[in-house]
Amino acid sequence: MADEIIHFVEIIIGVFLVAVFGMIFGLLTKGIDRKLAAHMQWRVGPPVIQPFLDVKKLFCKENVVPRNAVAWLYNVAPIVCLTSVIAILLYIPMGSIPPILKGYGDVILILYLLTIPSLAMVAGGFASGSPFATVGAQREMVLMMSYEFPLATTIIALGWKISTLYPGEAAFSLTTFTKYPVWNIMGPFGIIGAIILLVVMILVTTGEITKVPFDIAEAETEIAEGVFVEYSGRNLGLFYLADAVKTVVMASLIVALFFPYNLSTYLGSSIHLPSIAWNAIDFLFYLLKLEIVIFFSMTFIRVSVARFKVDQVVKVYWGYLTLAALIALVLIALDILL
Amino acid sequence: MPKPNRSFDKSLWVFHVNTGSCNGCDIEILAALTPRYDVERFGIKLVGSPRHADALLVTGPVSRDMVDKLKRFYEQVPDPKEVIVVGSCGISGGVFHESYDLAGPVDRIIPVDVYVPGCPPRPEAIIDGVVKAWMKLERLRGENR
Repeated sequence: MADEIIHFVEIIIGVFLVAVFGMIFGLLTKGIDRKLAAHMQWRVGPPVIQPFLDVKKLFCKENVVPRNAVAWLYNVAPIVCLTSVIAILLYIPMGSIPPILKGYGDVILILYLLTIPSLAMVAGGFASGSPFATVGAQREMVLMMSYEFPLATTIIALGWKISTLYPGEAAFSLTTFTKYPVWNIMGPFGIIGAIILLVVMILVTTGEITKVPFDIAEAETEIAEGVFVEYSGRNLGLFYLADAVKTVVMASLIVALFFPYNLSTYLGSSIHLPSIAWNAIDFLFYLLKLEIVIFFSMTFIRVSVARFKVDQVVKVYWGYLTLAALIALVLIALDILL
Repeated sequence: MPKPNRSFDKSLWVFHVNTGSCNGCDIEILAALTPRYDVERFGIKLVGSPRHADALLVTGPVSRDMVDKLKRFYEQVPDPKEVIVVGSCGISGGVFHESYDLAGPVDRIIPVDVYVPGCPPRPEAIIDGVVKAWMKLERLRGENR
């Protein structure tokens, strides 16, 4: 009984810490992204703490609820969006620190939870009672349906390989992925497959966090910020935070699936430090990996290309990326058979 | 009205309204966003919806058709807000002065905080106008204290 209470208290403290980390690091990441994008466009760019100032400002602005909006749904959507993204972060390991809710869920659960923020955005868009928001919400649904299949294929391919190699392990658990990094267990075909899956995953991330070229749902030049058109003040600030945390979540997922390496496993035997110091070093290394993944899945793509049309987005995801993911799946299947 | 805090000075989101201008001022506004002037380094961002905006950037002399739209734009911006008029047209009517289709300069329709004269004003002048708008926010903070 006492153990259960201690465990429970640990989880509550852990949830609080992860939520604070997710928001602060998410906003910092957004700042770094804007700074890097500015430098890539030969500009000076805003200070790195700009997103913190933006959120602080949004939280003290007037919160307008349009007369023809469904008020309760309109106000609840941003909160659901933010809490659901933070909930996903609880299932993802950070460096050598195991996830807070370790053993309660696996990648399949994360796959399902990832749809909730998008659904909250869709609900908020439809609830705001503006034609622009309705169009935006419909586009968000199209986007969601488009990237879901390549994402699922990626995770299933990796899980399949692990389950055939180590039948005793929980195949889709993120701790298993951390224990057997993808690149160590694959044969030559599997390596090619995994590289294709990594590219697919990076492009899915761009869509998942709705950034250019897949930001059809928030296209400010066509449909005036789409789903967010009526949102202002605190509600917009919550969506802004949710977007920041979602970036961290998706990058963490890529890091956990493809780059789960920790410095402590390789250097721990030669350099002797207390385990808490190694945890800290691994955590910083994990943050570095996050930034690199975010640079390639968000900043680099966002600055390089313009926005796709709606039908082009569907074609890219359902056509090219699904095809690439299926080819990778076949390659990994060959790798398992040989 | 909610009290504006210090972060307003460093994060001013701007919505641009064209009320019948010749596009001269609009291009100068875009020039202020280009790498040469780069107003994003001050946290100024052009947003796509008046609901997200802190400041309304109005260009043009306000033709009759735009009167009710301009009023609605003004009402849609959440408090605290300010209005910056860019260009001579919005201040006095400019070259369109006493035209049959003019509903007046901007300040006859909505309250204006900052005027940026010029036909068109240089991007430096527009940035200076935004700085003047910050001074208004500072005054608001002083009054509310």
